[in-house]
Amino acid sequence: MISSPDLVAFTKDDDFRDTYVEINSLPEQFSLPQFPYAGNANPWAGASFAKFTKDFILISEFSEQVGPQPLLTIPDDPKAWGTFDLNYFSLRIMSVDYQASFVGHPPGCGYPKLNFVEDSKVVLGDSKEGAFAYVHHLTLYDLEARGFVRPFCMAYISSDEDKIMQQFQELSSEFSKASECLKTGNRKAFANELEKKLKDLEYTRTVLHEEAELQKTENGCYSTQAIEKANELANVEKSIYEHKDLLKQVTSYPNRKMKDPEFLPYEPEPPSEPPGVDQDQISGGSNPDHPSDDPSNTRRPSYTPQFIKAKSAKCFDKRLKTLEELCDVYFFNQTVDQLTQIEKIFRGDLCYISTSQIDTALLKQQKITNFLFEVFRDWEEEPEKPQYGEKLAPNSDSRLNPTPSNEPSCVETVLIKMEQDISEEGQQETESSLCDITQDNSEECLEADMKGSVSSGESIEVLGTERSFPVQGSLVQSESQASLPVHYPEVVRRKAVSKRTNSEDSIEVLSTTDSIIPEDLRASCSGAIYEEEPYNDSSSEHMYQSSPSSQRLVDSGMQDAGDFGKEATEQADSACCIGQEGPRFEEPAPELGQECSDNGVVRVAPRSSRAGEQAPGVDDGAPAGLPSYELNLIYLSDEVSRLDLDDVSDSTSFMSASTSSERAASPFLSGNPITVKHKRKAGQGALRFIRQYPFAQQAIFCLLSGRTLVVMGADEGKVRKLVSALSIFVPNLGKYAETIKPWLTSPFQITDLHSWKLIGLHRVASPTGSSMLFSLNRYSRYIGILDADHKTLRCPPYKGTLISKLADHRTQIKRGSTYFMHVQSMLSQLCSKAFLYTFCHHLHLPIHPGEGDASVASRRVGFLQHQLGVSGEDVRIVQYLGELLKLHYLQGPGKGGTPPVFRFEYTTSFLYKI
Amino acid sequence: MLFCVRSFVVALHSHKLGMLRWLLGDRESQGPVEKTTVLFIGEEQPKNAYTELQVLKGHFDMVRFLVRIDDVRFASAGDDGIVLLWNVQTGERLHELRGHSQQITAITRFQKHSAESSCPMILSASSDRSVSLWDADTGNRVQTVTDLRSSVKCLLVLERLDLWLSGGNDLCVWNRNFELLCKTEDFNDAGITAMIELPKNCIAAAMDKELIIYRLTVPSSELESWEIQEVKRLIDHQDSIRALISVNDQAFASGSHVGELIVWDSLDWTIQSYERVFGDTAQADIQSEIKLLSPKQNEMSVQHLTSDGEYIVAAIGSGIYVYSLLTKNVIAYRKTAHDSDVLHTLKLPNGQLISCSEDGSVRFWMLQDLPPPAEHASSAFFGMWGFGRANKQPNQQVKKGADCLVLRSLELTGDLIGHSGAVQMFLPFNDNVLVTCSTDHLVMLWKDGDRESRLRSLDLFNKLEQNKGL
Repeated sequence: MISSPDLVAFTKDDDFRDTYVEINSLPEQFSLPQFPYAGNANPWAGASFAKFTKDFILISEFSEQVGPQPLLTIPDDPKAWGTFDLNYFSLRIMSVDYQASFVGHPPGCGYPKLNFVEDSKVVLGDSKEGAFAYVHHLTLYDLEARGFVRPFCMAYISSDEDKIMQQFQELSSEFSKASECLKTGNRKAFANELEKKLKDLEYTRTVLHEEAELQKTENGCYSTQAIEKANELANVEKSIYEHKDLLKQVTSYPNRKMKDPEFLPYEPEPPSEPPGVDQDQISGGSNPDHPSDDPSNTRRPSYTPQFIKAKSAKCFDKRLKTLEELCDVYFFNQTVDQLTQIEKIFRGDLCYISTSQIDTALLKQQKITNFLFEVFRDWEEEPEKPQYGEKLAPNSDSRLNPTPSNEPSCVETVLIKMEQDISEEGQQETESSLCDITQDNSEECLEADMKGSVSSGESIEVLGTERSFPVQGSLVQSESQASLPVHYPEVVRRKAVSKRTNSEDSIEVLSTTDSIIPEDLRASCSGAIYEEEPYNDSSSEHMYQSSPSSQRLVDSGMQDAGDFGKEATEQADSACCIGQEGPRFEEPAPELGQECSDNGVVRVAPRSSRAGEQAPGVDDGAPAGLPSYELNLIYLSDEVSRLDLDDVSDSTSFMSASTSSERAASPFLSGNPITVKHKRKAGQGALRFIRQYPFAQQAIFCLLSGRTLVVMGADEGKVRKLVSALSIFVPNLGKYAETIKPWLTSPFQITDLHSWKLIGLHRVASPTGSSMLFSLNRYSRYIGILDADHKTLRCPPYKGTLISKLADHRTQIKRGSTYFMHVQSMLSQLCSKAFLYTFCHHLHLPIHPGEGDASVASRRVGFLQHQLGVSGEDVRIVQYLGELLKLHYLQGPGKGGTPPVFRFEYTTSFLYKI
Repeated sequence: MLFCVRSFVVALHSHKLGMLRWLLGDRESQGPVEKTTVLFIGEEQPKNAYTELQVLKGHFDMVRFLVRIDDVRFASAGDDGIVLLWNVQTGERLHELRGHSQQITAITRFQKHSAESSCPMILSASSDRSVSLWDADTGNRVQTVTDLRSSVKCLLVLERLDLWLSGGNDLCVWNRNFELLCKTEDFNDAGITAMIELPKNCIAAAMDKELIIYRLTVPSSELESWEIQEVKRLIDHQDSIRALISVNDQAFASGSHVGELIVWDSLDWTIQSYERVFGDTAQADIQSEIKLLSPKQNEMSVQHLTSDGEYIVAAIGSGIYVYSLLTKNVIAYRKTAHDSDVLHTLKLPNGQLISCSEDGSVRFWMLQDLPPPAEHASSAFFGMWGFGRANKQPNQQVKKGADCLVLRSLELTGDLIGHSGAVQMFLPFNDNVLVTCSTDHLVMLWKDGDRESRLRSLDLFNKLEQNKGL
């Protein structure tokens, strides 16, 4: 017997008592003493060796420099995980990254491809640690990272395996939303980064080109220096091409919800920083060789490009971007908020969670009556409104709209140029990619096909099983690729494949069409350009002055960029990466070689950058690199400023949307913890009220029969306390009506009585006080008055049995939350009675045409009395609730066009004293 | 007790002052917050069926007029110059008739009879010296006339002749196309405040103390034109005329500011009966007190007259008086039916009287046969020789009035409290629906709660049927 596990569990007296005390601090809405929850919700599971007390969320990264490392936990409190080894656990969870994202260039394409990978969702367990985790792997893009991807994972860690397993679907959907939020911010930040990098590259190209010209004239065409320069130039051209393609890939992320009627167009917002600040910083610009680290500035109206050195330092000493930087601070915070909500949702015992889920699901079904006494939840909104995460996606997509919107103007025109430019520098790369494609082609397609079929479901992985989640080798084909005839068939096939693989859950659906760009967005972009013009002019002028020496030009460029310290470093870093990657493709491409000419670069570049604008002044033969640089500068700075402006404005629009409407509809609040908690407290107050006040039943009768109860007193705290105690008895009139006015200091009108069914009134001895008393006196027939100071109640008498069950002052219930539950169950009984009463046809309408009202009325009374067991004044309660149900059903959830109906009775009031 | 042993119940028999004192926290009430009520029915009102209320918001200023359009619609108008059309069943606002820039001074229904159909119209006059005709179905302004010489104070529609008359500083006759047919000369000092139609194309117009009888000459041929001529001036009233109504084919009645009620013969415009609250003698006797009581002058002003052909109900001061045309005397009265001036009264066929007052309440009265005269009846009475001096000369009055002149009594059966300002007017509809309007900018719909509940049930099951179940 002694070895019997349950005996052991129960004989631990100390533990039991300790944990019992803790119940009060539990977040659960129901504090029915289930088995005390103190970390190990399950005393029999023997999971006591878990080193943490509460569930928490862990975000980890597989850093390419240091390997798996924990980044942050939610709640961000060392107590949350206790002695649990986060590093070790990070290692564990990151070591099973089923995304298996590739590194570097995928086979079959000559230049870097972004792979839009689905998140993988697995359940992991570490029985030694007593930890079980739902692990959500995701990858974020980082220009400086290997293969442009940084693997991350979010894990919900609990000591209860069942909880993870049973709540898998919910966890998965909640975490997907959070992940989507992160990824959206990341795409945006990545696009920004690319834009900047592109500008740098364009600038570098111009500078290099100038130098090459110079050397050509000095040393002749075939000097080593000239050839070197030409190579360098070719490399730059190539990386421009790559980056543009990347940008195109990331910005062509589809805006599926653009046509959604709920799509919110955003309005521009003034930039957070006045431009003057930037100018000031420019004047005190830093050394170009050692660009200052200023990571705080991420948004600025324009960006001054800088020269990128072809060969630069190794990558290892570079600083990896933090998660905030990767995902845009706003989105990062948004995600953290979401995760905090997730933590709240899944807080507590599995039993409790499932009960409240069942509860919610059941309440959702009671469409007719659930508005009466239940805390407002979003069940009515849900079918109409997409969920938070879904909502987020389109919104956040819209953040990216500006980026695709400038695509046709920038990227496409650039691409035209690229076709020609490639001729002299990018051939190695294209060539190699060509071969790759032809080789890997068939298997690639097969692979993708297979993956597509797999990707549709979510896999639940426990511990040892190693089934990899589908790798989306989905290859983005781009316009540029399509322009090469050799690739064409491939492209088509791949497109089909990628479409198939991106099934339901994968958020990334690739699209190469530009048709999604709405016209109005373009218009707004042009406006942004216009705004930025003065600045551009000045900057270009500045450049012009420093033009004579290319070195000086670079210097000044760097100087200008000096205050954008962060970008500068980033660019430099990424430059070094590019520089390293560049040499990998040095094979000359014979097919395209014919088009290659030494002058081609010079001539084509300026025209191409200008292609959209068709400026007659700058033509093919423009000999100086300067104009082209200038134009490029304007062009790109416009672009960036536009992007920045847009994302500023968009983020604010998103923010406002989220604060106003989203909050209420957010399923994160579906538990509505604040209100329920409040109600639990109110339960205590109510219990005290019914014990203290002998006329509590009369007061409750007032509330339940729709007669406004005015709680009057001089002390605000006292009145508010009484109001909140009584609030649990107030039936809601509908979704929009505010039924409780906790504190009122001015006289009320009859229209106020329509909606306010419980009023806390300030008793003052002043002119306003007397006018208040006048209104009390005048409308005394419509209200009950509870005087908190003198402990009197003036209201109609109550003779019935219902409320005496509901509010028995000799009740044995000790705890407020228990009493609240008791009240809730009584009230839901009442609701069902009211429902029956309201929806029984023959109680309200004659059965046969000749039947008079009188017989219907007698049938009604009989039904109430005999079927529902309601008699006396209780009938009035049922009738009132029935009337509310009728009104609610007839008017629907929305506010009707008709004014509210106020019902009352002419009955004598009595004064009750203690 | 059922619920608690410790508690005891104090029956507060709804005495307002008692209640107030209680509210003030058992202190002595600091001066009367509300005028002492002579009459208070209490909260138990079994005969009062108005147990449901809808407040119709939309006006920005006092609402003074209610006009019934048909069985389900009515219009409200007031000092904000807007006319609002409402559905009386749902409380929906149907139309908003905007066009007048100043307060509405008169509004009436104008049935437009055309060959195909007759659609209800609304004729409204405003202080901005314009009159407009509105289509009640569409809410459009059909006709308007602006820049009149003076603002129109009253309107009279002669449906028989398809004409309407406007009274202000002159009397104008218009056809329905808003063409001026004829008009009187200007009255410089005063304007017409009320008009009624009399037989034989005659019109009685009240102008200050005088009643002027006009005759309208209908053209017999195309060549002739309309003409309006003054026929007679009746100068029997001693003060300005406040109310003018037509009682039936034979009689019309007018009431003045000093409490005179004169019933006139409609055909020869002679006095049928003359009643006065304050007799000459009484007034002479208390000359010294008149100054003191001068604000009380209002208390004997005839604010409103109404008649059902058999009785004339006069709202005089804060009292209600029922005058029988048959016996030519006051058969029932309440000297202080309200706390303040009664503004509008109505007698329903079932013997019920409704009155509304400046005190913000609407009261329902029942005309009941009086039990054998009690003190109550003899303490004061409405007679030819003065009334209201009851405390001064009770004996005199009892002597004069004890001859069973007062046959019936007015019993208060219920009241409606909701408005926070003076209830200007009310409008009863079928099925126990009453519309009230007030200076508190609100229009209220009072309904029979049980009936509305039944109607809602009917709607509910209709909707259920439409939705095919829940």
